[in-house]
Parts: sequence; C-alpha cells; structure tokens
Amino acid sequence: MELPVLTHCPYCALQCGMAITPEAAVTPRTDIPANAGGALCQKGWTAGELLTNGERLTGPLLHGRPVTWEVALDHVAGRLSRIRAEHGPDAVAVFGGGGLTNEKAYQLGKFARVALGTSQIDYNGRFCMSSAAAASTRAFGMDRGMPFPITDLAEADVVLLAGGNVAETMPPFVRHLAGPRLIVVDPRRTATAKLAWLHLQPTPGTDLALALGLLHLVVAEGLADEEYIAARTTGFDEVRTSLASWWPERVERVTGVPVARMRQAVRAMAAAGRAIVLTGRGAEQHAKGTDTVTAFINLALALGLPGTPGSGYGCVTGQGNGQGGREHGQKADQLPGYRKIDDPAAREHVAKVWGVHPDDLPGPGRSAYELLDALGTPAGPRALLLFGSNPVVSAPRSAHVSDRLGALDLLVVCDVVMSETAAMAEVVFPVTQWAEETGTMTNLEGRVLLRRKAVEPPAGVRSDLEVIRELAARLGHTWPSDPRVVFDELREASAGGLADYAGITYERIEADKGVFWPCPSPDHPGTPRPFLDRFATPDGRARFTPVEHRPAAEEIDEDYPVYLTTGRVLAHYQSGAQTRRIAPLAEAVAEPFVELHPDLAEELRIDAGDMVRVSSRRGQTQGAARISDAIRRDTVFMPFHWEGANRLTNPALDPTSRMPEFKVCAVKVERVA
Amino acid sequence: MRLVVVGNGMAGSRLVTEVRARDPHLTVTVVGAETCQPYNRVLLSNVLAGSARPEQVRLLDPTWYAAHRVEAIFGSAVTCLDRDARAVVTEDGRRVPYDVLVLATGSDAIVPPIPGVERAIPFRTLDDCERILESAGGSRRAVVIGGGLLGVEAARGLAGRGLPVTLLHLAGHLMERQLDMEAGEVLGETLAGLGVDIRTGVNAEAVLPDGVRLAGGELVEGDLVVLACGVRPVTGLAAEAGLEVRRGIVVDDEMRTDDPSIFAIGECAEHDGTVYGLVAPAWEQAGVAADVITGGKALYRGSRMVTRLKARSVELAAMGETQLTEEHAEVVRFSHRARGTYRKLVIRDGRLVGAIVLGESDAVGTLTQLFDRGGPVPGDRAGLLFPGLSATAHVADSPTLMPDAAKVCQCNNVTKGQIRACWEAGARDVAGIAAATRATTGCGTCRDAVEGIVGWLCEQEGVSA
Repeated sequence: MELPVLTHCPYCALQCGMAITPEAAVTPRTDIPANAGGALCQKGWTAGELLTNGERLTGPLLHGRPVTWEVALDHVAGRLSRIRAEHGPDAVAVFGGGGLTNEKAYQLGKFARVALGTSQIDYNGRFCMSSAAAASTRAFGMDRGMPFPITDLAEADVVLLAGGNVAETMPPFVRHLAGPRLIVVDPRRTATAKLAWLHLQPTPGTDLALALGLLHLVVAEGLADEEYIAARTTGFDEVRTSLASWWPERVERVTGVPVARMRQAVRAMAAAGRAIVLTGRGAEQHAKGTDTVTAFINLALALGLPGTPGSGYGCVTGQGNGQGGREHGQKADQLPGYRKIDDPAAREHVAKVWGVHPDDLPGPGRSAYELLDALGTPAGPRALLLFGSNPVVSAPRSAHVSDRLGALDLLVVCDVVMSETAAMAEVVFPVTQWAEETGTMTNLEGRVLLRRKAVEPPAGVRSDLEVIRELAARLGHTWPSDPRVVFDELREASAGGLADYAGITYERIEADKGVFWPCPSPDHPGTPRPFLDRFATPDGRARFTPVEHRPAAEEIDEDYPVYLTTGRVLAHYQSGAQTRRIAPLAEAVAEPFVELHPDLAEELRIDAGDMVRVSSRRGQTQGAARISDAIRRDTVFMPFHWEGANRLTNPALDPTSRMPEFKVCAVKVERVA
Repeated sequence: MRLVVVGNGMAGSRLVTEVRARDPHLTVTVVGAETCQPYNRVLLSNVLAGSARPEQVRLLDPTWYAAHRVEAIFGSAVTCLDRDARAVVTEDGRRVPYDVLVLATGSDAIVPPIPGVERAIPFRTLDDCERILESAGGSRRAVVIGGGLLGVEAARGLAGRGLPVTLLHLAGHLMERQLDMEAGEVLGETLAGLGVDIRTGVNAEAVLPDGVRLAGGELVEGDLVVLACGVRPVTGLAAEAGLEVRRGIVVDDEMRTDDPSIFAIGECAEHDGTVYGLVAPAWEQAGVAADVITGGKALYRGSRMVTRLKARSVELAAMGETQLTEEHAEVVRFSHRARGTYRKLVIRDGRLVGAIVLGESDAVGTLTQLFDRGGPVPGDRAGLLFPGLSATAHVADSPTLMPDAAKVCQCNNVTKGQIRACWEAGARDVAGIAAATRATTGCGTCRDAVEGIVGWLCEQEGVSA
C-alpha cells in the first residue's frame, strides 16, 4: 500500500497539515504547528471529497460546448491577440486569487506584464488583505501578516482579536488561544466571542473609533510604554494629540461599547507580560479599513508590543495563500518579492530576471473592484482571464459586477468546477486543484509551506501553470510549467525584495516543515520574528500615524434603517464553489440565512424560519430568518458563501488599500409575504 | 475668501480643522484670548482628578497651524467687531479684516456675587484647573460650590486625591437638570461613599478664609473653595455689534447670525431657543458651519443631549427628558440604592426620550444609541435595562438535559445523538468518539462536553447494570 502524501489543507490561511492517500482519504498531520495535535475542522476532514466530487470539470468548454485543449487554447490566444491589436494591451485584463500557489501568482503576474503587456491585473486578495497590508506597510515598512510564529499566541497573557471569527473560519486556530485571556471585538457574539474573556460589541463601522478610545485610555491611565515609544517608534506626539478628541465617553456614544468595558480591556492588555493584537476582515473590510488597522497598530505600539518577543500585532490572513498571493505580483501595483511596480530599482531587478527592458514593463493598473467595474466600458478592458476566483458571488455590488462581466468581448475562466462566474465564460479551462499538483503556499504566519501532489488529476485536466505556458507559447514566449522550475525563478525575482524567498527550496521546506521569509540565502535560517531588532522602515523604527474616525460610507437612515454585516460560517469557504458541492458541508448549512435580534424580529413581525427579503440601494436578496440575541438590535448578518449577499454590499473603496466596504451597509429587512 | 474665527476653544478649533479638511486653500485666521493651544475642556475633570496630565488634553499640536497655513493670533482678545468695515479689532489694536466671520467665544464661569468670592477659584479653564491643583497641594479640606455636572466631577476628583471635600448645592438634589430626585440622591450616596460630603438645599452666603458660610450662619470648613456655579454665554462682542442676542447669539440652521457673513457656534450660540453647554453639539455645529462656509448644504437641526459623568468609580449617563412621570410617558425604573444602582427609561410614542443609568452597566451604550437615533424601543423593556437578561436559553451544558439534536462539536457538526450512537457502538472515551465522529478535533473547546456525555453514558450503564 502506498504511503499517504504529506501536504496541507486546500482551504484557509492556517494551511493545516494533512496526509492524503491515493484514494483521497484525509488524516491530520501532527507535525505542523498550525494544527499541532492533529486538529482539523469539518472542511478539512471532508476535503478529500473535492477530489472525487462528480461535479468536476474535465474538459475545456467553448461557448458551453466541449472542445479539445488545442481548439480552446488557440481560440483564446487568437482572440487575445486580436483584441490587443485592435485596442492595445490594456484591453486585456487578468484577475487572480489568494488561493493560488506562489508559483501561479508569480507566473500570472509575469504573464500579464510580459506576455500580455497589460497593466490590468489584480486579484481577489484586494477584497481580503489589502487594508491590513497597507497599514502594516505604513507602520512597519513591511507586511508579513503575523510577524511571529502562531505558537506565540498560546504563550501570550492577553490576545485582542478585532473583527475575526476564527472559531468558524479556522477552528484549529482556537487551540492556540486556550492560554491567553481573549478579548474579541465584533458586532456579533460569534462562536469566537463566546469563548472570549471579554467581548466588545461595537456598532458596525465603528471599530476605528473604538481603537481610538482604547488608545486614549492607555495614554490617560499612564499605561503607555514610554521607553519603548522613545526607543523604537516615531510620530507618537502627533497621535497623542489626536487622541484628545476621542475620549472614552464620546467613543461609547459612537460605538455603543460601555466605557467600563473599554477600560477593562485596556487594563488587561497593559498588565499583561505578553500581549498580542490581531485584526481580521471585520475591522479591515471598510472604506476606512487601512486607518482602522492603523489605529489598532497604534494601540499595539503604545503598549510596546510589536517587535517584542512574545508580543506583537498581526493580521489573521484569510485565504489559503492570502499571504504569498499578495507578495509576488498579481497585485496591480506590485512586482515579485513585495516590490512596488513604480520603484525604478524594483522594475530593473525584475525586468532583468524576466529578460525584458524595464521600460517595457507596464505601470500600476486598476484595483480589483475598479477593474471589475471598468470591464466592457469604453475605457476599460474588453477581455478578462480569470484564475481562482468567483467574483459573481464574492465581489461587492455583485449584480453590477455580473453585468460588467457580461459586457466583455471575451471572458476566460480557469476553474475546478462550474462556478457562477465560470458559467458566464466564453471559454472555461478545467484545471487541477490542490492535491493534484505541487506548489508552495505561504500561510498566515509568513511560513512558506509545500503542498504536494497526492493523487492523479482526472484525465483532461491541466494545471493553471500549463494553461499559462500554453497561452504564453502562443503569444511567443517559452515558459516552464513545472512548479519547481517556476519557484526557482520566483526565488530569483524575489531576491533582495521585502518578501525574499531566495534561500527557500522545496527540500528546505520539507526538511524544516516550512521556512519563514525573508530568507535571502540558502544558509539563512529564515525569519520567524522579523521585527525584534528593527522594523523594515528606513530608520528601523515603527511609525505612528494619526488617524481619524469617520462614519460608514453608507449609514442607516429612514429608508434603510438596519446595518448589514456579512461574514462566514464554519461549513463553507469563500464563494462556496468548493464547499457547497460537498454533501456533509452543504448539509451542515444548506442555504443563506439572515440573522437578526429578537427585538428587531418582533418589530418586523418575523418568526424564525420565515423567508426574509433584505434590500439595499444596490440590490436585494432573500434568506431564512435566524433569530438570535447574539447580534446587535440594529444589525443583521448574512453569510456571503452564496450568490446574493454581495448584491447588497457597498463598493465604496478605502482611499489607500482600495478595499471595498463589505462589512457595513444600510439595508431594509422585510418578511416575504 | 478670508475666514476669521474668534475663539480658539473646542468649538473654534474644531471649526478650523473642519474647514481646513474641506478646503485647503481658504485663508484662515484664528484669534484666541487664551495663550495656550486649544484643549479639550471635557478632559479637565481628568486633569483635576490626576488621571490626565495637562499636555494630554491638547487638541492640536503647536505646529499644526503653520503646517496647515492657518494664521493663529493667541493671547489677544477681540474687543471690537466692526461690521461696516468687516474687520475685528484685538485688544492690542490689531485689525483683522474678514469676508466670513465665525464667533466661537464660548462662555464664562458664573461667579456668584457673594462676599469673599475672590478667595474661590472657578473651575472652567485649564489655567483654573492648574490653580486649583496648586492650592490643593497645601490644603486640608476643600469645598465645592455647585452640584451640577462639573461640580460633581470636581468634588470627586479632589476627593480622589485624598482631600476631604464638601459639595454644596442649592437645589434639593445633585445634577437636578439631568437627574430626577431619586437618581440625584443615589448619586449623592455613591459620592458620600467616596469621601464627598454632600450638602443639598444650601445657599452659600460668603467665602471666608477658613470656609464657606451658609445662609443661616453655619460655617462649612475648607481652605480651598472651588466654584462650579454654571456658565454664561459670552455674547458682548456680538451684542455691541448689533447682532441679535437673546441668551446666546441667535443663529439659524446654517449657524448664521442675522448678519449673513457672521456665524456663531458652540456655547455662545443659541439655536432654536437652546444654548448648548456640551461639546457634542458644539462639534456638530462646527461641522455644519464649516460645510456651509466651504459651499456645502449642511443644516443643523439641534442635538440630543447626553450627559456622561467622568468621575472614577461613578458611572452615570443621563439623556433627554429624565424627569417625565407616568402621567406623560411610560416610565421603566429599577432602583437598588444599596448598590448605587438606578436605571430609568422614559418612553413616549414608542421612542426613548430619556434615560438615566447610574452604576456600572452594559446598558449604557445601547441606550445612548437608541436615544440618539430615535428608533423604536423594543417591547422587551427589561432586556434593555438588563442586557443579557433575556438571552435565549443556551443549550443546557448538562449531558442529561441536552437534547439528542443538540450540536456538541461545532467544528465537525457532531450532535449529542451521534455521540450516543457512537458510544452504543462501543466507543468508551473521547479518543474513541473522536476517531469515529471527529468531535473535539477542530477547535477543541467541546472536549469537556464530550467527556461529560461519555461519563454520563457510562454512569447510566453502571446504574442500569
């Protein structure tokens, strides 16, 4: 009998270790810190069914009809060439995903900039990690989600988690929280909040005010770590002054969080020997997400946490390769190694690796929502190649996004199953998934992991890298599709960048069970805690930046009197394209629902199980009512794993990160007669 | 266009920053009588109590003005407003011409005309605060005259510094503008427990070197006397210039006075018959005026007043019409004086029009927002006063009471029934249950529950055998 192959889960950024037999049976590994002790959630346990599922795409489709790979590839290459010739290179756009391996993310960026010559590439990670990334870069000069190993959490005395529901999104993460006092900030009493020592339940869209109030209390109560602030930071004076406007009683009125609770949180954090501040999408997916994260980072800095052993700030990255996916060039403004595309030195380095002239590399392109919004418009792209994403379900104001996709001359989708977006495509390429191919993933800790091929893919399916190779070949480029060869090129391209993978090899990852970047040379041990000696800023100090709270882009009013916030359930992942097709998961949560408070339900005469219509200025959808006092009276919650919830959400963008305001908008809620 | 702002307190400084945020080019001059940078008056009680240092209440850094190209003239009071020439004149003779003028002159502490009152220190400005603290250092006993919000905060702050304090108040109970009688009494009892001697219904007649003499002749001892007798809008400049002044400078919904080029905001302004003495309305007004001045269409419609006491170990929020009785409104009340707890809701037409929350409570956030938004009050009034009270019954943790359909392991979607079935099939410990059902293998927090169920099932077997 063949031994099971040691690899990692297909889903979230925790990247739990798992072993897979050739028959696709999953067992947890015990040697990976993220899921030490052999933990897995239901998604992980049932992941093998992704490999045997009957709904798998197994041959290319052209206008919905099966064709050979040659026909499909020739068709796409021909159409792309004509569109480029007629309308210029920016008429072709590429959209990637945070679930793609590092090799794919890298190759996709290169494909866009070199083979297509387009600036128009971005990815769904813009909808996930961009605010945390922008804020971390602003404060620390570098964005490595959690700049410390996950095992530091268990050793901490206090962990504050703002806007994250790890008990549902990545359950084994909770095992790392058994030790510390947990403070959870969330408008809902989520499964995670129920585990908390203290739950702060702010009005949706007011996390920034709350962070300012907490920081005000730190300063007012003399709890700031002045020695650390003097030695390791800049800019505190300006922040301190800005706090005078955010005294706790004012914050209480804005957020609804009692002053006494804020005080309790701050005192616990200040008394802790080791404390960690974490943010999740709840704090980040706002039109002020970058500033909100900055405010939480300021809080962590004032308490002397970042770069201190055992303490720190980190974001809880969501998608499987949400970290690596934002480092290697599928982002509109970025080149491999977390380099900036408008930095001449970065362009020169990468152009050399790619064998092109720096001047031939395009500049920054549109961000994800702006790109989707521009599709098929006179000034926008006319063709889109889409990999590892399902924006018909996951983009904000999704009905409008569907319209834009429908207005394209050419939509090409690479996917494993017929997702809602694939169903709109002129050409669908069926691709290999997770355990059918090899590649690296960088988990939420910044640890580069190796996902290994464990089973043979179905006949008729090719890898994304092969699709890129074939299209590139038809556009005149000879590129590899072996992931290891692509990874070696990525190492070279990332060398000298912030996210430096130069010293990481597949062999080292196997031997060490993961390597933390930056790792600039083969003899470098990797960097589990990058900020202990200095931050990645020019002067080595972390930067305080003053930020101001402002209301949500769309506040409740008479016409739309209730806040909507969206999120996840344990049984499903992202747009649900994978998990909705797995029987035990579909059974666990079969359909979208609307969670509302008993008082609101009473006011609206809604009973549990009633079909409820939720409308915003952008669209409407329905779900069954779930009545729960775990949510605020003024707010309803919907999971976004089904097409519908995102018809309602607001595409107001953060000015820095271009993150849409997924987490709060104004809606009307009615019982369907 | 040239904007001149008279007054650099909370309203004036807010207006300047709001204008600058909207329009980077407008020429802006601010003239302030105080020499220091604008500071947050709300936080002065914290300075008095020692929980904030004076530099921590500063609202703008000294470098802000230059960095934002705002001309700042501090330490120079405006003595004349020349509307014909559209200029203001400062006490040192400087003429500052304007196209648009904003008056944010605030208010002055009321100093009662009683003999010896010059021995007392009003509690109004940062300078006052520093003077009080200086005196407190060498004092044995303090007297605070005035039991409104500020007087209570001052008394509590001084008591917190270890100084015995007597608080004198003319009315029958403390903070009578915000509180009903019982709340005022409960507050007094709470303060008494913190070392503040409360005397209500008393009239201070004179300030003597060794204390305050009450009407009737009694001497309340104290070598530090602090005045917190309320404030009066500063309207002289406007009145002399012929602007309409009642209690405050009268403004419309754009915060404009009867001279269209002159606005008034903050504690010196009177809107729709109301002069507001709180910072939240002043900042709302500053926002509206800034918007109008920079070409916007904002309108001010009045503010809902929420008073939040800032005093250590005394949690008090009061809002709206707290004094209404059952004749005019629905009143929901809970009082537990022994614990310093008093909570009251005043509801009219299904809306929260007033509330008092005294004593620590998670209700305060929800009630404030409900009052601010004017939304419908839920039928479950008790749930509002006691958050968590009406929480839906959670699945009983006891394995006996739990129904078979109850989900025990959320991560792997395992019910008690499945665990029972697994046990019946021979699994006798958590490892066995985990192997068969995957329960406990996710976040791990259900381990105790699974252990409990297994233990209970084993016990049952023992009993029946």
